[in-house]
Amino acid sequence: MNAIEISKWIVGILVLFGALLNLISAIGIIRLPDVYSRLHASTKAATLGVMCILIGTFLFFSIVDGDINARILLAIVFIFITSPVGGHLISRAGYHAGVSLWESSIKDDLHTKKRKKQS
Amino acid sequence: MRQNDIILQTTTKIVLFIILAFSVFMFFNGHNNPGGGFVGGLMTSSAIVLFMLAFGLETTKRILPFDFKLVAASGLLIAILTGMGSFVFGVPFLSHTFGYFTIPILGEMELATATLFDLGVYLVVVGVTLTIIQTIGEDS
Repeated sequence: MNAIEISKWIVGILVLFGALLNLISAIGIIRLPDVYSRLHASTKAATLGVMCILIGTFLFFSIVDGDINARILLAIVFIFITSPVGGHLISRAGYHAGVSLWESSIKDDLHTKKRKKQS
Repeated sequence: MRQNDIILQTTTKIVLFIILAFSVFMFFNGHNNPGGGFVGGLMTSSAIVLFMLAFGLETTKRILPFDFKLVAASGLLIAILTGMGSFVFGVPFLSHTFGYFTIPILGEMELATATLFDLGVYLVVVGVTLTIIQTIGEDS
């Protein structure tokens, strides 16, 4: 096997791994009980999945076609910065709008702090 | 209610420059690749909208003290003037030309007058989008 064959295997594994992570995140969105655990599934797994697919695309076009595409690297950095912040903002807006936690959850520090401030 | 937005504001400060750089890239890339004045203008205005979301309308007005209606009007003026400029050389309206020039750092480049028309489109898109968003946002 020459270098291009080996790199095609690596690219295939990366893209399939990213697609699998996205599938796991979609299953997590359906299966998990409340908003916060769903965000836990969707932001982390989908971010890593999309980044794996983009790294696979970048490697494919840079090794096979010899075309270094800086936009894909920029997109990887951009998604890595913004996706967790989006999850944080959605979960915080949900908490302040009064979305309740899963009934089996036992720890809610912000709730006790808020009540102490009100009393 | 005073809010603690430090994560959103810090992320905005970093991400804003990535979006603005990419919009300038889109603007100059439009001749030979996907992109152009419309997409670049929309991306610039989306960067400014992100800044408005993080820091509020008043701060945005203080650091960008433009009347965006005038920005849209000057964009239209530039577009019309590039069309009228073809009358000077005795060719039909909106005829464009290009030439090869040697620029000190960048080397030889193809410069086209279509870029000036694209600059007009860019300014109109930025002006109209931000006028709409500022007008809607001021009421609440």
